[in-house]
Amino acid sequence: MSVQDQIKGFGITFRTMLQKPLTLGYPEVKTPVFPRFRGRHQLWRYDNGLEKCVGCSLCVAACPADCIRVVAEENTQEHRVSAGERYARIYEINMSRCIFCGYCEVACPFDAITLEHSYELSERERDLMVYTKDMLLTPAPKQPPLRTEGQRV
Amino acid sequence: MSTDQTDVFALEAREALEAARREGRELAETERVVAMVEARTPQEALARTRANEANANSAAPGSREPMMINLGPQHPSTHGVLRLVTELDGEVVRDIHPVIGYLHTGIEKQCENKTFWQAITLVTRMDYLSPFFNIHAYTQSVEKLLDLEVPTRAQWLRVMISELNRITSHLVWLGTSGLELGAITVFFYAYRERDRALDLFEMISGERMNNRYFQVGGCADDMPPGFEKLLRQFVTEMPSRIDEYEGMLSANPIWLERTRGVGILPADQLIDLGITGPALRAAGVDLDLRKARPYSGYEHFDFTVPVGTNGDAYDRYLIRLREMRESVRIIEQCLDGMPEGPHIADDRKVVLPPRGELATSMEALIHHFKLVTEGFQVPEGEAYSAVECPRGELGCYVVADGGPKPVRVHMRDPSFVNLQALRPMAKNAYLADLIAMIGSMDNVMGGVDR
Repeated sequence: MSVQDQIKGFGITFRTMLQKPLTLGYPEVKTPVFPRFRGRHQLWRYDNGLEKCVGCSLCVAACPADCIRVVAEENTQEHRVSAGERYARIYEINMSRCIFCGYCEVACPFDAITLEHSYELSERERDLMVYTKDMLLTPAPKQPPLRTEGQRV
Repeated sequence: MSTDQTDVFALEAREALEAARREGRELAETERVVAMVEARTPQEALARTRANEANANSAAPGSREPMMINLGPQHPSTHGVLRLVTELDGEVVRDIHPVIGYLHTGIEKQCENKTFWQAITLVTRMDYLSPFFNIHAYTQSVEKLLDLEVPTRAQWLRVMISELNRITSHLVWLGTSGLELGAITVFFYAYRERDRALDLFEMISGERMNNRYFQVGGCADDMPPGFEKLLRQFVTEMPSRIDEYEGMLSANPIWLERTRGVGILPADQLIDLGITGPALRAAGVDLDLRKARPYSGYEHFDFTVPVGTNGDAYDRYLIRLREMRESVRIIEQCLDGMPEGPHIADDRKVVLPPRGELATSMEALIHHFKLVTEGFQVPEGEAYSAVECPRGELGCYVVADGGPKPVRVHMRDPSFVNLQALRPMAKNAYLADLIAMIGSMDNVMGGVDR
């Protein structure tokens, strides 16, 4: 190997040192996601506070991983929870089984459930991976940044 | 029993084995290997190895018992959990016995309990480096059974995404097989581009891997705004990136030394073993399903199928790199001539109605409920259709009985079939070359075990 080759080799090293790194300093810097990214689920309410979910269990039928459990109950005059006739008394998603295919979102005729962008979903205990309706009705505390259209990393 | 007697027995046994070898019978050896393979617990394996050692010590001087070495299943150079029971004579591999099944997840069986729609999310997980090809083969078979016409735009979208997937799959192969042979830089370079391609997957399908983007009848969604621009940026930069990889490897003395002349099998033997894909084309057989049996509108694209001459690991490397260039060309043609029209077929008995109609049309809502809860009915029959996956012919055989669930889904996975070539290849090769061979065959264990 001649001296010239070494200079050429180190030239690449020094040139690369001046470039902006392609990596992100996760977890300090969160990886941005695209609008279509499917992460943690969220249940939605109408503006008047009523839940959109009517407990029809279409999401349960669509789920290939069998990770959703819905128990429906009738709305009454005194106790009105959802806009429809019935509401979901229990709505649970087992996040450790979920494969984030988004079929529940596709199946829901009322846009009551959507997959949002939050992807940091680890827990210390398995039981905590079963998300209840109250957890799903509140937005995820940590939202990752959204990548604008056509933005490169 | 005296030592002399034992020696005599061992000599006799060896002579019998030699006689069996001359006559082409390798019974005793095979049985011993089977016993090794069947050892489930470490204690048992140890006991068996000790017994083997005792046998080896008692053998007459000069006779060489092959040493049994377990390569894998947890080994960085076996491309996943592949276990090779290797018979070594010094540095030379006398024989290998692949043991598979460590990644078996029963996907084919699980498909029988899911509707045709749900099974899409399962088949994508088999060969985890080429998720789009898995669904493509599956959806094509189901569409064949349904006699469903896929819109041109959907076909072109499928071709575009498939070719992008071919690039990412080849990049993983390039990075990891370079890593195994000591070229660590190329790994970082290859994964740099792969991550950008995964970004594009995320943008169009919502997932970076195991994408369920292709649906029966077309694609789940159209291209999002800004996608075309990003993809065009990617394909204009990609050829110069491939030049970089070639600059690092093609004339690299270490790379040439490790890959040239390694893992050569004659073309007719490869055909006999059912090998497809780059491994077959490297040996000079011009077989590419995209040309031989065009599907999904591949006949409209202008591309060449790279064919090698020697059929060694170096040729396979060259062919994969050239295939990436051809994929770039196909993606460019897709972007230039993307036809207008719907991204999914308009068949209310099979395809979910458009989202907007659910709030206004009662009929759409009924179809939606029926499709989600029951799934669509597929007429009785069986269909096989194959796509050219980065590793070869990926076929899917679906049997339907008229109900909403498949009776049988079988995948002809090229990784599984190509694994057969490893044994004749590895015989009487050096152990170090075996690593290069595993790398050059590009078997994905998720596809082998399913």
